[in-house]
Amino acid sequence: MASETAQPGFWARVQRASVERLHIRLESLLVLVALSAVMAVLSPYFLSLSNFLNILLATSTIGVLAIAATFVIGSGGLDLSLGSVMGLSGVAGAFVAVNLGWPWPLAICACIIAGGIAGYINGQLVTRAFVPAFIVTLGMLGLARGLALVISQGRAIYGLPAEIVYIGQGRPFGIPMPVILLVLTAIVAHCLLAYTRFGRHTLALGDSEGAARAAGIRVEHHRRIIYTLSGALAGLAGLLFTARVNAGDPTAGINYELTAITAAIIGGTNLFGGRASILGTMIGALIMGVLQNGLTLLAVQSYYQQMAIGAVLILAVFIDQYQVRKESRV
Amino acid sequence: MSLLSLQGIRKSFGAVDVLHGVDLKVDAGEVVGLVGDNGAGKSTLMKTITGIYRADSGSIHFDGKDILPLDPGQRRRLGIEMIYQDLSLAKQQDVAANIFLGREPVKKLFGVIPGFVDKAEMDRQAAKMIERLGAHLPSINRSVGSFSGGQQQTVAIARALTFNPKLVIMDEPTAALAVREVQSVLDLIRRLKSEGIAVILISHRLNDVLSVTDRIVVLRHGRADADLVTANTNMTEVVSRIVGGGDIGAAAAHEQRG
Repeated sequence: MASETAQPGFWARVQRASVERLHIRLESLLVLVALSAVMAVLSPYFLSLSNFLNILLATSTIGVLAIAATFVIGSGGLDLSLGSVMGLSGVAGAFVAVNLGWPWPLAICACIIAGGIAGYINGQLVTRAFVPAFIVTLGMLGLARGLALVISQGRAIYGLPAEIVYIGQGRPFGIPMPVILLVLTAIVAHCLLAYTRFGRHTLALGDSEGAARAAGIRVEHHRRIIYTLSGALAGLAGLLFTARVNAGDPTAGINYELTAITAAIIGGTNLFGGRASILGTMIGALIMGVLQNGLTLLAVQSYYQQMAIGAVLILAVFIDQYQVRKESRV
Repeated sequence: MSLLSLQGIRKSFGAVDVLHGVDLKVDAGEVVGLVGDNGAGKSTLMKTITGIYRADSGSIHFDGKDILPLDPGQRRRLGIEMIYQDLSLAKQQDVAANIFLGREPVKKLFGVIPGFVDKAEMDRQAAKMIERLGAHLPSINRSVGSFSGGQQQTVAIARALTFNPKLVIMDEPTAALAVREVQSVLDLIRRLKSEGIAVILISHRLNDVLSVTDRIVVLRHGRADADLVTANTNMTEVVSRIVGGGDIGAAAAHEQRG
């Protein structure tokens, strides 16, 4: 980059300003633009409006999960159960609506509550049983998936009420409902993380648990809230997915935690906590969405897409840690 | 009546008894030095005062209130502040975030939605506090991890003083500082005393302790072994109390040199 060599200080200043003011790493935005440009050149279909909406629609589930991952990782925790809890929640909602025949608003509640309970259990185990988050949520990954299969007898639950399906397939003003819900969720989550005491305490906790404790923050209580929130968001993602595919699929969301965590990390969330932004995470989620969409348009087998996501995750953490080391040397 | 009064404080960690019934009194505006050998229980005692650790038995009264059942946040609100040896800063957050951590001022967004942190107010007050301490920081919006040790110490001190404390506990505040910075910390302690704020100073630097305190309490084997009036004691006596007799001549001479 010419400007970088001509004015080494300028680029650094812009980077710093974007981190301080907007809490995003500018590089992630550049990656998104560059990736989109490459895809646009390779596939003529990429730049169409309908494909744009497709990307957003495909990003909506992952986006909600990535928001959950942002809170948890920002607080110095980890939630590997996101994808499984999402699958469990979708099945729970479908079970309530179809098998029990309860009204659709209760089915929506069932999704969120099922996710919230799973998250609450994660939080209890992490803060009271002193089992590391990595193990607790890995265990929950298995537990939630198994329970989803038990409830659904291993088969997808079909025949959802039209109101639920509308949440996944409706298009008010031509915009898919999941996209609208993602944007609303992201706005609320952004305000919560960046502008409220809850959000500031979350990051302080991830930064230094000792400092948070000394400041009088109820550390364990706060962690339980964050894990519960994470589970509830996974429940929302389960609702969006179930409504979109019009079925409570017990295998929904397998490996989604991988993509969600990757999106959060690309977006500038510090893997070890203390730094996170919803804005950045949304950019990260879009990068993942564009990557998957582009590879699909280029007719790349989905097996390779999986490999690409894994590689991107490692690369993103590498770049982040490289930057941290570079900054600490200054 | 004393500002702070501890009686029979006991604390053990598993099989290890750290405190065996400590009594301690501190008056308003009094500077008390707390000295003792490594492992005597100084830091543990202070953390039972701030509420980070809960005492197994004994009583703690502050300002006439029984504070034993209170958590660290509640005790801070009553006016107990501590500057930790490791400073306990959130290094990726900026100056104002650290100073106001746990006590962020809030406002209503557009005058309607409550609960929004008033960042502008935080920055303003943080800048004022840093200036009052006579310190210079590169930028108040930088993460404190990018600051030097002395600058980070300034932030930790500013955090302890911003909310008008009644008691400030300092755990080795001068251990990592340059000579000039040490003097400014000692001056600060004198200033706090003149404003009627009580200070408990933990330090290995006995010269510092002897120069700013009113009283020196020696902690030994988990007990308050001696309570000396600073004006009536000297280095030799303090050292002998810390090591508990024996060949104190050599130890005291060493401290004098140090």
